[in-house]
Amino acid sequence: MSHIIVPALSIAALATALAVIILIAEKYLMDYGEVELTVNDERKFKVRGGDTVLSTLKKENIFIPSACGGRATCAYCKVKALRGFGDPLPTEEPLLTKEELTSGVRLSCQLKIKNDVAIEIPEELFSIQEFKGRVKAIADLTYDIKLFTFLLEQPDFIVFRPGQYVQFQAPEYGDIDESVYRAYSMCNVPDDGKTVELMVRLVPEGICTTYMFFHLKVGDSVTFTGPFGDFFLRDSERRMICMAGGSGMAPIRSILRSMSSEDISKRRPIFFFGARSKQDLFMVDQWREFERENPAFRFIPALSSPQPEDDWDGEIGYIPGLVEKYADGIGEAEGYLCGSPGMLNSCIEMLQHNGMPQERIYYDKFA
Amino acid sequence: MEELSPFVIFVASIFTSNILLTNFLGMCSYLTVSKELKTACGLGLAVVFVLTVTSAVNYWLYYYLLVPQGLEYLQFIAFIVVIAALVQVIEMIVDRVSDRLYAALGIFLPLITVNCAILGGSLFMIIRKYDFVQSVMFGAGSGIGWVLAITALAGIRRKMARRSAVIPALEGPGIVLIITGIIALGFIGFSGVVQIN
Repeated sequence: MSHIIVPALSIAALATALAVIILIAEKYLMDYGEVELTVNDERKFKVRGGDTVLSTLKKENIFIPSACGGRATCAYCKVKALRGFGDPLPTEEPLLTKEELTSGVRLSCQLKIKNDVAIEIPEELFSIQEFKGRVKAIADLTYDIKLFTFLLEQPDFIVFRPGQYVQFQAPEYGDIDESVYRAYSMCNVPDDGKTVELMVRLVPEGICTTYMFFHLKVGDSVTFTGPFGDFFLRDSERRMICMAGGSGMAPIRSILRSMSSEDISKRRPIFFFGARSKQDLFMVDQWREFERENPAFRFIPALSSPQPEDDWDGEIGYIPGLVEKYADGIGEAEGYLCGSPGMLNSCIEMLQHNGMPQERIYYDKFA
Repeated sequence: MEELSPFVIFVASIFTSNILLTNFLGMCSYLTVSKELKTACGLGLAVVFVLTVTSAVNYWLYYYLLVPQGLEYLQFIAFIVVIAALVQVIEMIVDRVSDRLYAALGIFLPLITVNCAILGGSLFMIIRKYDFVQSVMFGAGSGIGWVLAITALAGIRRKMARRSAVIPALEGPGIVLIITGIIALGFIGFSGVVQIN
């Protein structure tokens, strides 16, 4: 018996001793004390050292956008490091361009605060807040896209530009032991600011969408930060060519529905919506109604591979070819795109090929 | 076994008994990180560091704790646990002491815990019955040998990326393993110098 207990206890003792050593090392080595974080050379914060800029700012209620939650893959969390930081880490380098690196741009999820430091962030980020609300309704749009309606509680109103997005927090649930944030665009108009509506497509094995589709219920509380993004309507007289696929319809819907009827007559928006087959289409009736109310607006839904039972008599094919077919004067117009990276890339290529300069092509790329 | 000077062991573990090219240990991070010369150097530096320190600590652990208790057979578990803990502490020390060093190798340290070359280094020193100085020199030499292999491969890959047309089916691990085999064949040429295994 003792020849089982003695080795078992020895290993246990060894592991315990090592754990204690690690805890002591962590306590003494990782304690950087209190340091000063200066933001934009005006706001000074006394913070606990040792954490990343991203999480430290979060504790001070300043929310830097982040889609990957600190894993150094999304590159949303860029800030400008002014003073007090070391060299860029190997995890940051692949995600930053040479110009960014020389001008001091870093990933705030990798920047550790060990002493007094100073950073620079865009002014808009100061107005980003954390919102708490409740699920008012969940509606099916297609077999894999749902419409979520949230009623805001704390604060009880939000100010956003049509086209912007929020970072929705999926809390710990089931086997998932940490909360994640995912970005979704508002599909409703700002109006009285009391509701936020999101179109969400189920991602197979997706942490956040699995939570929203299978765990979230009407009446549950939700948390999100925002608003973020520079995908919004530009002030001009140019025609608007809008392209979207799947849940990418959200920001386009928000933008178009917020425009006055005079603006729509002036800008003559044409909206191309791409889907695989009829089961991927949704809100078609609403868009047809919108066409009737606004003669200057056109809605062109297109299926890339309609099924025989769809009985589809509309356009068949991919968006780039259809834009060239239906829209004239592409080079003079503005492009508003939202969809998967593949769709975005082919549409951007087509727009540039037809003379639209890069500065007039606006898109939100976070599929 | 004749008494080998620590210096001979050091040189031999770099060339004739290269832990990667002769014993084929530490292949996974070697295959993935050899794309970029700079990251390869960073990882290599971390491997040298960790191999040297863990050889020393595990030597002490084996001969002063396990052997007196008759628990030599626990060496596998004990060594791995020590390596994992040590790597954590080393990472904290490097992070605290030198930003430069941390930027160069800090993030690779957790990756090294599961590098079999580290465990291999500790196990070999037991099998070959090295004393303390021999063990440390063996650890350092093995690490440097590993760095030699990975930097050679990174350089070759960089050159090949520009000049050679690799058939798609072999791109990535396929061609890397072929190259490694050829380098290993080349290193066999050193084997007449001294044998330590």
